[in-house]
Amino acid sequence: MARFLIKRIFSAVLTLLAVSVLTFLMFFALPRDPVTGMCPKNCNPERLERVRQELGLSDPLITQYAGYMKGIFTGRDLGSAQGGQCDAPCLGWSYVNNEAVLDTIARVLPVTLSIVIPAAILWLLLGVGLGMVSALRRGTWLDRAAIGFSLTGASLQLYFVGAVLLLVLVYNLRLLPVPSYTSIFDDPVKWASGLVLAWLALAFLFSAIYARLSRAQMLETLSEDFVRTARAKGLPKPQVYGRHALRAAITPVVTIAGLDVGAALGGTVITETTFGIQGLGRTAVEAVRAGDLPTIMATVLIAAVFVVVANVLVDLLYAAIDPRVRLG
Amino acid sequence: MSLSPVEGVALAEIESGGDAGAPREKGVVGRSPGQLAWLRLRRDRTAMISGGMLVFFVLVALAAPLIEALYGIGPRDQFQSKLDGFGMPLGYAGGVSGDHFFGLEPGLGRDIFIRLVYGLRTSLLIAFAAAVISAALGIVLGALAGYLGGWLDAVINWITDLTLAMPFLIIALALTPTLTLRFYGERDAVSPAFGVAVLIGVFAIFGWTSTARLVRGQVIALREREFVEAARASGAGLGHMLFRQLLPNIWAPILVSFSLAVPQFITSEAALSFIGVGLTEETPSFGRMIYQSLDYLQTDPAFVFFPGITIFALVFAFNLFGDALRDALDPKSSR
Repeated sequence: MARFLIKRIFSAVLTLLAVSVLTFLMFFALPRDPVTGMCPKNCNPERLERVRQELGLSDPLITQYAGYMKGIFTGRDLGSAQGGQCDAPCLGWSYVNNEAVLDTIARVLPVTLSIVIPAAILWLLLGVGLGMVSALRRGTWLDRAAIGFSLTGASLQLYFVGAVLLLVLVYNLRLLPVPSYTSIFDDPVKWASGLVLAWLALAFLFSAIYARLSRAQMLETLSEDFVRTARAKGLPKPQVYGRHALRAAITPVVTIAGLDVGAALGGTVITETTFGIQGLGRTAVEAVRAGDLPTIMATVLIAAVFVVVANVLVDLLYAAIDPRVRLG
Repeated sequence: MSLSPVEGVALAEIESGGDAGAPREKGVVGRSPGQLAWLRLRRDRTAMISGGMLVFFVLVALAAPLIEALYGIGPRDQFQSKLDGFGMPLGYAGGVSGDHFFGLEPGLGRDIFIRLVYGLRTSLLIAFAAAVISAALGIVLGALAGYLGGWLDAVINWITDLTLAMPFLIIALALTPTLTLRFYGERDAVSPAFGVAVLIGVFAIFGWTSTARLVRGQVIALREREFVEAARASGAGLGHMLFRQLLPNIWAPILVSFSLAVPQFITSEAALSFIGVGLTEETPSFGRMIYQSLDYLQTDPAFVFFPGITIFALVFAFNLFGDALRDALDPKSSR
């Protein structure tokens, strides 16, 4: 177990390093002059040159990359124009927002977390529950309704569902306020009512996919020998389905869920754009539009960290859920 | 001594087997797995309906200039006279009328129907091209990784993990203008075809890994089988092993994954246009239309409705057909 964990974490760190190198190359080396994109208004040649100096853009790429990584782990001095000393984890200074990137992230990350975590709980419960029930009641009207629901949901687009929800619930019926973010610590009711549309839209689309997947997995598991054996030796149905079959059927669902939740935490770009909520995803998109390299770099890295950590967690969960898996 | 029915059948089989020209009477007909799958697909009503819808969409996309000629309105024609003082289309449901089947865009007053027809063309072109390229890459690299194993396998696996860890939308968003800038200058006009090509390229770079993973798993399962060993023992080269021995056995899952990849690329293209990259303003695209329409959600809901429903119908048909194809190709399926 310990050996597996060390190996897994080592490869995760390696992946993150590779992502950082690739992103760095993609954004710092590819554009012909990264400064033009991030120079504040009223640019003149001297100012451009100064920004270039401050960012160290005339240094060789390796020095720049090493400086960036050093900032993350030990902090570094960015110079007076960029807020001076930047403590670890230093993600650089954004000229566009005129603040340390870490501060921007600290502001928008809770927004994305508040969107994704409740939505993920909703979609997992709803999706897996629906899939299981429709597999156990195969062929009934309930099953057909669940199939119809999941086929429709899997083909719908978030911006469309979001638009319809907005139009009906907010503008026409006026049941909900216009989506916005309030901190849960300030006002939990406002927090929930401002984000509930995003949760509903995400949960609807994702639960459709999960219902489909878990139904197929459950049907396959129900035809396995061990389920028959468990039934034959006289175990009651709830125990066979709820414990034996569910455990085996849910493993692939956990894999997909880990990837989806990990990816969603890195920024729900479409959801945030549709509902006009400023989270990690929208910040990333705006950073790309504005050519704000330090912010782009930070958002991409954070998204990658979420995916990679989620993957490690999924591998560990596997061992807990599926007795056939032995980590070695 | 009377012949039992069973022997009669056996004799008939032997006799007819000797005479190739004689028409086969009813009895056991040999069918290849492909023919069986086709038969199952033909019998599946969902498959036929969704397949019909797909053929219809493809025909509409191919015949877009013809439809334009018949309809008499181009995708860039503006009908400012049919808008009111606020730029809103006159009439009901966003200006739906005999002249404009799906109404007009608020602001510019362009015809929504013909823009959707051309948007379908863009969307299908990008999705099919991206799916074909990423399938080809995935098949070759996945088969190599699975068959040869070793360091190549490790490298390809690692790249797969890497692409999964990169936030696709943000990377694509950032890569598209950067690549465009590399090829075109700051002020050169970017041709619409180039924008389409860049999108296809970005999709292919990110898309091949899932096919590669699938093919790799299948090839590993087949690698130690007798027929592979026999071929290897008789001195078959690498190309022969991959394309003649291994791939013919796994085309079924590849086909299914291809048919499900196309709608994914359609939605990705729409999502990218939605956040405002990729295609230039002249190229009609579903995502861009929806993005523009969101501003008019309260004042002109019909403008949101038509593009949204069209994408839904397209993706729905692809998903249904992909599922039906999976059922038809699965020898275990009971249908």
